Amino acid sequence: MGQAWKFGDNIDTDQIIPSQYLVLPTIQDMAKHTMEPQNPDFSKAFQTGDILVGEVNFGCGSSREQAPLVLKELGVRVIIALDFARIFFRNCINNGILPIEHPCAKEISDKDQLTIDLSKGEIHNQTTGKTYLFNKIEGYLAEILNAGGLSEYIANKKGSADD
Amino acid sequence: MSTQTNGMTATEYIIACHANRDRVTPGEIVNVSVDLCMSNDATTLLTDKIMKERMKTPTVWDPSRVVIIIDHQVPADSVDTSIVQEQMAKLVEAQKIDKFHTTDGVCHQVMLENYVTPGALIMGADSHTCSYGSIGSVSSGIGSTDLAAIWASGETWLKVPETIRFILNGQLKPYVSAKDVALHIINQVRANGLTYKAMELAGPGVSTLDVPERFTICNMAVEAGAKCTMVIPDDKVISFFADLNRPIQDQTILSRLQETQNSPCASEINVDLDALEPLIACPHYVDNVRPLSEIQGLKIGQTFLGSCTNGRIEDLREGANLLKGKKVAPNMRFLVTPASVRVYKQALAEGLIEIFMDAGAVVNHPGCSTCWGAHQGILGPGQRMVTTGNRNFKGRAGSPDSEIYLASPSVVVASAITGELTHPKEVV
Repeated sequence: MGQAWKFGDNIDTDQIIPSQYLVLPTIQDMAKHTMEPQNPDFSKAFQTGDILVGEVNFGCGSSREQAPLVLKELGVRVIIALDFARIFFRNCINNGILPIEHPCAKEISDKDQLTIDLSKGEIHNQTTGKTYLFNKIEGYLAEILNAGGLSEYIANKKGSADD
Repeated sequence: MSTQTNGMTATEYIIACHANRDRVTPGEIVNVSVDLCMSNDATTLLTDKIMKERMKTPTVWDPSRVVIIIDHQVPADSVDTSIVQEQMAKLVEAQKIDKFHTTDGVCHQVMLENYVTPGALIMGADSHTCSYGSIGSVSSGIGSTDLAAIWASGETWLKVPETIRFILNGQLKPYVSAKDVALHIINQVRANGLTYKAMELAGPGVSTLDVPERFTICNMAVEAGAKCTMVIPDDKVISFFADLNRPIQDQTILSRLQETQNSPCASEINVDLDALEPLIACPHYVDNVRPLSEIQGLKIGQTFLGSCTNGRIEDLREGANLLKGKKVAPNMRFLVTPASVRVYKQALAEGLIEIFMDAGAVVNHPGCSTCWGAHQGILGPGQRMVTTGNRNFKGRAGSPDSEIYLASPSVVVASAITGELTHPKEVV
């Protein structure tokens, strides 16, 4: 269970991690500035397991993979939005973050308490009492997600081929 | 290369050739070989770390197909940046990569001038990689993990995109430019309207646009979410490459791409070039587009002419023509950054740089410069900039409380002269 952090349309990757922090030496250093233009306290207040919720075109803009990486560093495992920008969607999957495209994003408010059951494909909003079903990701993409990301998937495959 | 285009669009045909297939259809996921891949100072070190540490792969698959370009922060503006650039140089040396550019300009302009060719499949860890469709290649922006997988294997997976064909009719009126076409399209389809799609420019109006103008429109396609872009190469593309001293070697690909002209596509959208007027993308979204006529007069403190969108010689000429013999407004900060050293030298030879300097501009060394907002020309709270760049996101050029307006080179220069958003005809 986690708290929803609700944002609006077109949350771009400059909001998730502003350009000037990309030269910091580690993802941990960058993560302190996550979502800073939208909410300067975000990185301090976000708890592992909380859920990011946006509306239209979440993750648009730059291809910087530091965006999903700082989110992962803060404990983001799932993002719900009406739709995602293409490169960000791929970058999330490649880093083991599940992007859920679902119209319920419109009905979720900031600070709602959400429970997500990945095996059932179910989002439950405890604050409003509503439950939503989503299409689980299957096949190749599910294998990448289950491995924790594309790198781990490739490393695992290499490992099993070497055995 | 597949000898038949089999009713495919140009984008599908190029993907099929790289997937070693006779035919691909939109929605299919295919594995493709990559001709060239590119990364820059914002994305290279992360790619290297992922390939080595997480993919357990020590070397790139083919150093001759890897391009690395330092363009975002040239010259280095901080200790951290300097360390990043030093590490990139070491990496390039260790991997024996010879396509390494440290001072030559914005990555996409450097790619256009030196490496891209019609029919190629190119992936880059920078979202504006989609620009190279303007000369008939399939190119797309990716993240560092995807690039690391390409570094390791030379391959990647792609979902074959549907093609949305924009039929351009007529020709642009004076003071209306390719930037306005780009903003018009983004406004029409919205910021997510081309997500996962290929944007193809077609119709009689295409031949009225020069290659750099096509590049501007294809460059901005990612602001509508496009995966890649396509303009079927014509005589203008052939002479463009001849002028670069890089004549197109493979004539077969040109005729194959020509054959795809009337192929079925997902949908067609008409754009009447004659009907367009100067447009402005207002804060903080690229699809928040308004006609200049509705907001002219807005006070502006900074203006920027440059970027991979509008930093080519044609853009500098457009600006210098308006500016010749004039000064920028009092206290106006006017920054000019040519997109590449080649463009810079040409502008010097034509006397354009002198015009900018005499008018009071700061002329910067080629690179991403103010468009990327972490380097030159940072905005403070409450400050407003009108720029030829490609993004006006909140805080993109500094303070989250600043405002960025996107416009064509002539609107930017006209506004630099008057200190407010101005139609170029007002300063002639």
